[in-house]
Amino acid sequence: MSRYEIWISFVTIVAREIRRFLRIWPQTIIPPIITIVLYFLIFGNLIGGRIGHMSGLPYIQFVAPGLIMMSVITNSYSNVVSSFFGSKFQKNIEELLISPTPNSVILLGYVVGGMSRGLVIGAIVTIMSLYFAKFSIHDLNVTIAIILMTSMMFSLAGLLNAIYANSFDDISIVPTFVLTPLTYLGGVFYSTQLLDEFWAKAALINPVLYMVNAFRYGMCGVTDIDIFWAFFMVGISIIILFAFTLRQLEYSSSLRS
Amino acid sequence: MSNYKQPALAISKLRKTYGANFEALKGIDLLVQAGDFFALLGPNGAGKSTTIGIICSLVRKTSGSLSIFGCDIDTDFANAKKYIGVVPQEFNFHQFEKPFHILVTQAGYYGIPRRIAEVRAEKFLREFGLWNHRFEAARNLSGGMKRRLMIARALIHDPQLLVLDEPTAGVDIELRRAMWEFLREINRQGKTIILTTHYLEEAESLCKNVAIIDQGHIVQNTSIKSLIKQLNRETFVLDTRDEVGIPPKVDGYPIAVTDTHCLEVEVERGQTINPLFAELERQSIDVLSMRNKTNRLEELFVNLVEKQL
Repeated sequence: MSRYEIWISFVTIVAREIRRFLRIWPQTIIPPIITIVLYFLIFGNLIGGRIGHMSGLPYIQFVAPGLIMMSVITNSYSNVVSSFFGSKFQKNIEELLISPTPNSVILLGYVVGGMSRGLVIGAIVTIMSLYFAKFSIHDLNVTIAIILMTSMMFSLAGLLNAIYANSFDDISIVPTFVLTPLTYLGGVFYSTQLLDEFWAKAALINPVLYMVNAFRYGMCGVTDIDIFWAFFMVGISIIILFAFTLRQLEYSSSLRS
Repeated sequence: MSNYKQPALAISKLRKTYGANFEALKGIDLLVQAGDFFALLGPNGAGKSTTIGIICSLVRKTSGSLSIFGCDIDTDFANAKKYIGVVPQEFNFHQFEKPFHILVTQAGYYGIPRRIAEVRAEKFLREFGLWNHRFEAARNLSGGMKRRLMIARALIHDPQLLVLDEPTAGVDIELRRAMWEFLREINRQGKTIILTTHYLEEAESLCKNVAIIDQGHIVQNTSIKSLIKQLNRETFVLDTRDEVGIPPKVDGYPIAVTDTHCLEVEVERGQTINPLFAELERQSIDVLSMRNKTNRLEELFVNLVEKQL
């Protein structure tokens, strides 16, 4: 395929993914917004008022970046995992697999589709959070870079999950038993400075901690960890996930027997 | 690079082993010339779907080589794929998408710009009688419409080799005939067609050449005409006016009574049937009608496959 043909193929996949999540907006857009609004109401307004300040910020301002990041993570992930597994389940993934579209383009198409949903939801949640908390952007470059990298990383993880999944149970296990605990323990609702030394160190193996802190730094200028280290960790994770997912797309027996 | 003077499909020593020891294909060779209308026949589990799966890259071969219009699938994979359009047996389009979007999206996967894809989609949707349903969810289409949508999707990137895996399964007679005519027409226009089917009269009616595959081996690879010439005898069913109790005796024609008004007669190839009717008339047995007991190709197919058992 020429570069132009590859570009058309890529745009086709991305457009189809965006069309998919916009078509089923009551499932893909409304629920995450309602969930995040409830978080803001409960943890921000009702409980947050009693907690006071954290890391020098009013509690609602402290949790807002984490909640935005949480919505980006869950939506990027769930978009790709449900779309790709759905295609596998209905066998319409074969439309793509028999075409000359390179596997790397299939991967990027799904990932950009997942990022699109993550960023759309993230943008809506950010706008809604302004109703509950007032904050200015401390470092726009860091904010944009980390949110793009995070949505990319979890889109890749969603694709990997979908390639391995053989049933609908398989695509709910990872979000339930891995993604949710990592997110809740990833410094969304608290600072790791509150933890004792052992748990503070243990938290460092959680990749979500780096993303949430880097994003909080970009928005509020406050972080528990070094920003360079956060970008390094997320960047390395993306490279490893990309290479591994691409290999699975090429060789997985669940796609080509 | 490829050209259309090359065979549409050239398979050499193709093997496929599933798991540790199930050998689905045992080193098959197959050559389909450009412009051919080729039937790939075989009982369930013979290796047809595995062969088609390898051709369209959904199944990985264990060994052997395969090229499409001269493009080797190992070394020139992308070009080889451009030449193929596949109509699978099962409906595998996105059930919630609309036919128009299914076709335009499929064209996009082959790098066809949207404006061209939309023109082609309209052409095929009109040709297949789906234009009025272009914005309905595909899952709401009738079985025949879905089948036509699958063919339209396979043709949207103008492939030179069309592979159809039981395209008329579950399709009513009227639509089946219309699809046959359509396939004949695109074959006349130069497209090479490989067809698997369980309707052997379909292969006999449409195809020029045929390969019969059984237990991972090609057991016959020839023209439909020469295959049918291999038949040594045929069985005819005669419907009689009056009740026939015991089988009439006619020298050279074994006859059996299958029903009170029905006889079955075996006739050797090249043997005339005039003496049979003369003798039946002499015995005052009036024949109202006559037909073949089974499809001729079906009979041969069963014979060939049984030899393998």
